[in-house]
Amino acid sequence: MIINHPILGPRDAQEFVYLGDANLINRPDGMTAGIEAFHDYLYNRDNPAGAHRELWYHEQGDRSWLVVTRNTLTHEILKVELARDVAKAQGRSK
Amino acid sequence: MKQSNRISGGQIDRSTSLHFTFDGRSYLGHAGDTLASALLANGVRLMGRSFKYHRPRGPLSAGSEEPNALVHLRTGARQEPNTRATVAELFDGLHATSQNAWPSLRFDSMAINDRLNSFFTAGFYYKTFMWPAAFWEKIYEPIIRRAAGLGALSKEEDPDEYDKGFLHCDILVIGAGPAGLMAALTAGRAGARVILADEDFRMGGRLNAETYEVGGMAGADWASAAVAELMSMPHVRLMLRTTIVGAFDHGIYSAVERVSDHLAVPAAGKPRQTLWRIYSKRAILAGGATERPIAFENNDRPGIMLAGAVRAYANRWGVAAGDRVAIFTNNDDGLRTARDLQAKGVDVAAVIDSRQGGDLLAGIRHLQGAQVIDSSGRLGLRSVTVRLASGATETISCSALGVSGGWNPNVNITSHHRSRPEWRSDIAAFVPGAGGPAGLTAAGAASGALSTHGALATGQAQALAALADLGKAATAGELPRAEDAPIAISPLWYVHEGKGRAWIDQQNDVTVKDVKLAHQENFTAVEHLKRYTTLGMATDQGKTGNVLGIAIMAELTGQSIPATGTTIYRPPYTPVAMGALAGRSRGREFKPFRLTPSHKWAAEQGAVFVEVGNWLRTQWVPKAGETTWRESVDREVLATRRSVGICDVTTLGKIDIQGTDAGAFLDKVYANTFSTLAVGKCRYGLMLREDGIVFDDGTTARMGPHEYVMTTTTANAVTVFRHLEYCRQVLWPDLDVQIISTTEAWAQFSVAGPNARRLLQKIVDQDISDAAFPYMGAGNITIGGLRGRLFRISFSGELAYEIAVPTRYGDAMIRKLMAAGAEFDAIVYGTEALGVMRIEKGHVAGGELNGQSTALNMGLGKMVSKKKDSIGMVLSQREGMNRDDGYRLVGVKPVDPKGSISAGSHFMEIGAPVELASDGGWLTSKVFSPHLGCDIALGYLKAGDQKIGRKMRAVNFLTKTDTIVEIVSPHFFDPEGERLRG
Repeated sequence: MIINHPILGPRDAQEFVYLGDANLINRPDGMTAGIEAFHDYLYNRDNPAGAHRELWYHEQGDRSWLVVTRNTLTHEILKVELARDVAKAQGRSK
Repeated sequence: MKQSNRISGGQIDRSTSLHFTFDGRSYLGHAGDTLASALLANGVRLMGRSFKYHRPRGPLSAGSEEPNALVHLRTGARQEPNTRATVAELFDGLHATSQNAWPSLRFDSMAINDRLNSFFTAGFYYKTFMWPAAFWEKIYEPIIRRAAGLGALSKEEDPDEYDKGFLHCDILVIGAGPAGLMAALTAGRAGARVILADEDFRMGGRLNAETYEVGGMAGADWASAAVAELMSMPHVRLMLRTTIVGAFDHGIYSAVERVSDHLAVPAAGKPRQTLWRIYSKRAILAGGATERPIAFENNDRPGIMLAGAVRAYANRWGVAAGDRVAIFTNNDDGLRTARDLQAKGVDVAAVIDSRQGGDLLAGIRHLQGAQVIDSSGRLGLRSVTVRLASGATETISCSALGVSGGWNPNVNITSHHRSRPEWRSDIAAFVPGAGGPAGLTAAGAASGALSTHGALATGQAQALAALADLGKAATAGELPRAEDAPIAISPLWYVHEGKGRAWIDQQNDVTVKDVKLAHQENFTAVEHLKRYTTLGMATDQGKTGNVLGIAIMAELTGQSIPATGTTIYRPPYTPVAMGALAGRSRGREFKPFRLTPSHKWAAEQGAVFVEVGNWLRTQWVPKAGETTWRESVDREVLATRRSVGICDVTTLGKIDIQGTDAGAFLDKVYANTFSTLAVGKCRYGLMLREDGIVFDDGTTARMGPHEYVMTTTTANAVTVFRHLEYCRQVLWPDLDVQIISTTEAWAQFSVAGPNARRLLQKIVDQDISDAAFPYMGAGNITIGGLRGRLFRISFSGELAYEIAVPTRYGDAMIRKLMAAGAEFDAIVYGTEALGVMRIEKGHVAGGELNGQSTALNMGLGKMVSKKKDSIGMVLSQREGMNRDDGYRLVGVKPVDPKGSISAGSHFMEIGAPVELASDGGWLTSKVFSPHLGCDIALGYLKAGDQKIGRKMRAVNFLTKTDTIVEIVSPHFFDPEGERLRG
């Protein structure tokens, strides 16, 4: 597979480490959310046959975490974004 | 050594004679021959024994689809099993032997299987060797493995090198027949970067095996001219002897180039094979088609071949498949073979044509409406029995029979992303279906365009389409003139008469009868058919047999072939040597060591090393007269506790963390608090996973208001850093914090023992008295002017420091430390002594940080601050992880000091039955403590904190130990920590 890194251009997937569903960005606040919310965050996942947003880490590269939108049926990569940009757009801060 | 079947013509160099042997007999061939063509030229038809029934077999084909003619090539360490004689390029001195036959190819004792064939039908193994289960491993499997099987490995180390490489192109063209050459010419002329790869050692594909004209010249000559033009283009790379074995995502293809397989020994510095990864923007599959046989009784005798192979041997290699050849066909292609042989002066006994009507061949006995119903000749074909249109039978003597049941496009690679081939009834074959690898199109025979003109036209058209996709301007040049004859096929899959076996998949010995049995037992779906009969599961992946088997099943079920469907293909297209997949990752290169800065010094001292992840660390350093490892380790522990010991701890992960939010960041990633840590101090940190399980631990020092240095365990150095990047970028993207791994930047040594300070003060420029550098102090120092770092931390329970210098000074540093320590009898201790001392102190490490344990389990529950949000804080509060009767870290020692305990033992109450229900936990780490003079251990015991002082059994079935132990505090040594602060 080839991942089109938003900064570095097309890179072989072997340079990356896969984590999983990009919903991991939406971590609840531990001071306000309870065990149920964290349980849902950590363990419950959609398993779509089609477009899937997922986190990849460019470990053998610039150490960027990326959000890759990949079609799980064809492996077509529809979009690649810096996870930091996605997280900030979703309202994450400090 | 007369080449009795050599005839005129062909693309061989008759001026070069090559000597070779097969099963100990010497023969002559020519440059340009394959092993199969040379053996056939010498009148040798018998080349192997079949897999299951040990039937005598000769080559069926003249290419990589070959199911039968599998041989050992070469001798000694270079012996290679299961090579196909039909693609093995002849070289002088080639040594080939037959396989799967004993004592000899002509008299194979296992041919008894052939007589017992009624027992060995499809499903035989499933039905026969089912019980008793214990018999499988000890009795059935060894017998089956000995009897059935292919070649044997040399069992010696492969002396050759294999390489890997990466290539990039605009358009990859797979196959260099007329379609591939035309595609490459079209793309190359338009200036595209082209790679043209072909598995053969001569480009041209079927043009080399046919007598057709292309553009007014012999097809083979047109191919040569095309290759010459392509070679003149610097942006075109031609790759001979290169098989595209798999299609992967995003235009990536893997290819095996057999760089030196055609040589006795690779040239100096050259690999035997290279595995290429080709990155392409577009790819054109021009892989041609494979002929399929027609099944009839005894259709597997040596001398019975595909008609196109008979033609290839005659036209390309100047070899008559036999002195008298018959043809059995259901389409016009078989007639070509007869005409070509006739033109070469080979005696054509008859053409048995299953079709009725149409023009009769001139000057050849052409039997229309006839079928071959049987054959004779134990070790080679002697005659065929023919059912004539009249209903009468006739026996026709012949030494070779060419069979053509039609051609199957080589769709294999188009299926590598699960696309299913589609049936085309006009050519009675499967063609590439929709949904194949993105960017890949098929041209020529691979796409179902079976004529030469069709190949040229589709090759050009697909190249133009690819160029247009890539935005490259190109014009369609005039196509060279070529034949465009239809195949005129009238499908015939198998001859319906005869009680004997008619072979479909010759490599796995699957017969028409097996397919009928599968049908009878309701294994009618193609995937069931495949697994029940093993159809297509051999090393040739059923290239000649699959479609035949599927068509016969379709006939039996009364379904159409498209309704029956087809199995699909997976990589590799042809078998790939393990060596090619390994490349240079062999032996030590498979997993290179990382060496610590003191490695050279330690090796000079005769240190014993141990692999820790990728690192090689000193395990202990034996002294003269020490005969067991325990003597060395005990001495290292006692010497450290008595005076001072030094240990290289560079392997621990080191991460620099800087920024105005560095403290806040550490509060989020550690369970305990770091933002309140004073500058110049260290603190032990516990890191959890989000699920509340302990992830890692280590000490982190605050070097400045916005600057921390974190240490991690050796094992988790990489994963902790990845996790920190995740927290920093994904979870809290606005934190002002930067991190960088400095594991390789600093050589770090632990200096431990009552004399540690005295030793270090000799070399450190600053005052490091207890007042100036108290317990858990940290700071930048200099060592004779060299910048360094000092941390007063201890893993051993002694007064201890870790001192760090830039890595390039690591070797000098260990020598300086040892010189300065000479007056204190300083020693170096290894990982074993380190383990003894940390267990004596009750510190957790690998055995306890097992990915299943919580802070509470480790007795560190109070470290998880609930006043702040940190990774794992919330889920560590789950009820099940906070039970009073959960596991707690305990110390363990045998009641009898001479008693032996072993790690992995399980705790049982004394008197309780030794069974799972009595299991109270397990021992995680065990050492002999020279300080206490007995074995000691750590362990996780249910409600362990309430069981201090209790006596229990420690039972271990693996080491067969069962010892009465006392549960104690995990702090065996200096529980008050007075020595640390000394």
